[in-house]
Amino acid sequence: MISIKNKNSLILSLSIVLLFNSCSTDEKQTVVTKNQLVMSDEFSVNGAPDSNLWSYNIGTGTDGWGNNELQYYTDRPVNIKVENGLLKITARREQYMGEAFTSARIISKGKFETKYGRLEARIKLPRGKGLWPAFWMLGSNSDTAIWPQCGEIDIMEYLGNSPTKVFGTVHGPGYSGGNAITKTFTLPNSRFDTDFHVFGIEWGENYINFYVDDVLYNQITPFDVTGDWVFNQPFYIILNMAVGGNYPGAPNSETPFPQEMLVDYIRVYQ
Amino acid sequence: MKNRKINYLRNSLLFGLIILINISCERDLSDEASNATFPKTAEVFIDAPVAMGSDFYFPYGGSKPTAWSVDSQVSYRGTASMRFDVPNANDPEGSYAGAIFRTEGAGRDLTGYDALTFYVKASQGVNIAEFGFGEDFFPNKYIATITNVSVGTNWQKVIIPIPDASKLVKERGMFRYAAGTQGTNSLGYTFWIDDLKFEKLGTILPLSASIMNGTNVTRTTFVGVTSTVTGVISTFNMPNGINQSVSVAPAYLNFVSSNPSVATVNDAGVVTPIAAGTATITATFNGQPTTGSLIINCTGTYINAPTPTLNPANVISIFSDAYTNVPVEYYNGYWQPWQTTVSNDFSVLGDNVLNYTNFNFVGIEFDGPTVNATSMTHFHMDAFIPGPIAPGRQLRVIVVDFGADGVFGGGDDTRHSTTFTAPTLVSQNWIPIEIPFSAMPGLLSRTNLAQIILEGGDNSILYVDNVYFHN
Repeated sequence: MISIKNKNSLILSLSIVLLFNSCSTDEKQTVVTKNQLVMSDEFSVNGAPDSNLWSYNIGTGTDGWGNNELQYYTDRPVNIKVENGLLKITARREQYMGEAFTSARIISKGKFETKYGRLEARIKLPRGKGLWPAFWMLGSNSDTAIWPQCGEIDIMEYLGNSPTKVFGTVHGPGYSGGNAITKTFTLPNSRFDTDFHVFGIEWGENYINFYVDDVLYNQITPFDVTGDWVFNQPFYIILNMAVGGNYPGAPNSETPFPQEMLVDYIRVYQ
Repeated sequence: MKNRKINYLRNSLLFGLIILINISCERDLSDEASNATFPKTAEVFIDAPVAMGSDFYFPYGGSKPTAWSVDSQVSYRGTASMRFDVPNANDPEGSYAGAIFRTEGAGRDLTGYDALTFYVKASQGVNIAEFGFGEDFFPNKYIATITNVSVGTNWQKVIIPIPDASKLVKERGMFRYAAGTQGTNSLGYTFWIDDLKFEKLGTILPLSASIMNGTNVTRTTFVGVTSTVTGVISTFNMPNGINQSVSVAPAYLNFVSSNPSVATVNDAGVVTPIAAGTATITATFNGQPTTGSLIINCTGTYINAPTPTLNPANVISIFSDAYTNVPVEYYNGYWQPWQTTVSNDFSVLGDNVLNYTNFNFVGIEFDGPTVNATSMTHFHMDAFIPGPIAPGRQLRVIVVDFGADGVFGGGDDTRHSTTFTAPTLVSQNWIPIEIPFSAMPGLLSRTNLAQIILEGGDNSILYVDNVYFHN
């Protein structure tokens, strides 16, 4: 009996190895047409985010970045830093420059811009009403083509009081704000605030595919939008965590602070 | 994406593997199966009770025993639901609905689940007092309950998180509920429950837990006088982002005493002092510290009051374990606004003691009915002052008669106050207080005795025992 058991263990071990090889994490994400890594930030150097890649948005923008958001974005390490292989964006409840909350937002504008590609990031999200982290993109012409004409691709948006849901969205002329083209993805048996998950798009001429981990959950093409397709041009990347505003509403007494958005990596393939 | 294909391939491989194992170790599996394990059945009620046996519904005392039925006219899914008819408060068969659903047999293995879930709707919007599980009559070791659950008239899903599923290796208490009419003007209503089952949701995040409702509670006690950790609450962030509190049995937690030579604590949160000193009881839940503590201040071995030896026929007892007491309305009237005295009565191995803490004055009332003590000659009580006797300290004992009208006031009440001082008052010893009625000239009658009032406290502690009239 014992020998039979051992034999089974051996078979099982071999099989596990076999399965692992045939289905490793990387391979899950592989897309035949976009597998050449052209940019990655693994957040492996402690300190400020890599200035060759990232700039900060500081302050409150206009009308709370257009959404009546409640935070003041800073470049202080208490709001944003790289530590132990992770980018940490930290939202805090504190009086700062006249605002009640602080957080951070970085953009790759003018430093890394891409037209098409597979963009993905591995992120662990925060918890609590009023927290609104996002991994998203704006058209590189956003200074001259006024939003929504420049286009916006929200690879991942999340609300801290919906711990099982994320949203993938595009905004453009005729389909922005409340009329944006969007789809919700719901984790069936887990939460976004307890583990890291991979959020990404495959973006090519006249299509954007949205995925979470190994699940492709939406494709948006010019057929789906109710206006001009403005996504056949370069975009830049944004990572941020907003607090409050029109979309998530204000934090409540149960919202814990500080809260972190942790980014393990961001990778772009062509 | 391509990965879907890969997953499919993996599933095929896995399937092949399982078949392989089944073929190659068939005997191994049957050996496993012969070991005693408990069923992992998740369902409690779908369209009928599932694997509950024939005798599983046990109503609470005072509840209407026929409140529960299976309703084949109403269901969330399938063909039937459970129907609960909450009675009017004045229903002679029971004033509320409440019961446990206990599976027959040894119990189920629920370690693979993280919640008990069901769908519920009611005949009107109502807050239902309690939904839970883990109650088995008895020892009810792993009760977990959510309270004041808002139920509307459309089906909604209710999720009760399992505080720590690893404890539930053979649980019999599948469901419990209690529903009254406090919020419906004493008028009955009906609610239905369907698809009652345990689930592994994976979407519930444990946040924190507390004991003693999150406060630090100090309890002065004696060797052998046990206290129990209460107010155990664990909080979970639910899939809808809302924090849900669950009242849980102490057995879900792990307790530790800061000073085991003073007090020990068992798995059920029962604390036993074993020597004079101070010990702080704290807990961990799922390996995380909890808020709140129970601080045991053990003053040593309790000195019992002398056991009365008078013949019961010669005694009218107000408070004593040696006699049958007359009806007493209260042993502490909490008379406002000046009273500071708080009752922390305790029991030492069956000996009940009135414990007045922060004592300035306190009233004991027994006017339903009043006491006729014309055949009695004395008032007696035993007092114990644990702290030192301050200079000038008094203890005044006032006996009150409500007069012919038998009620407080009315112009016919009379009373007499007797003052005791040192050296009668001593510390750390029982002080026998014995007052003949002949020494109470202010008390003009003893046919309607109704109050004993104690005064003269300096906000220290006073124990009282064996309060009675006798001859």
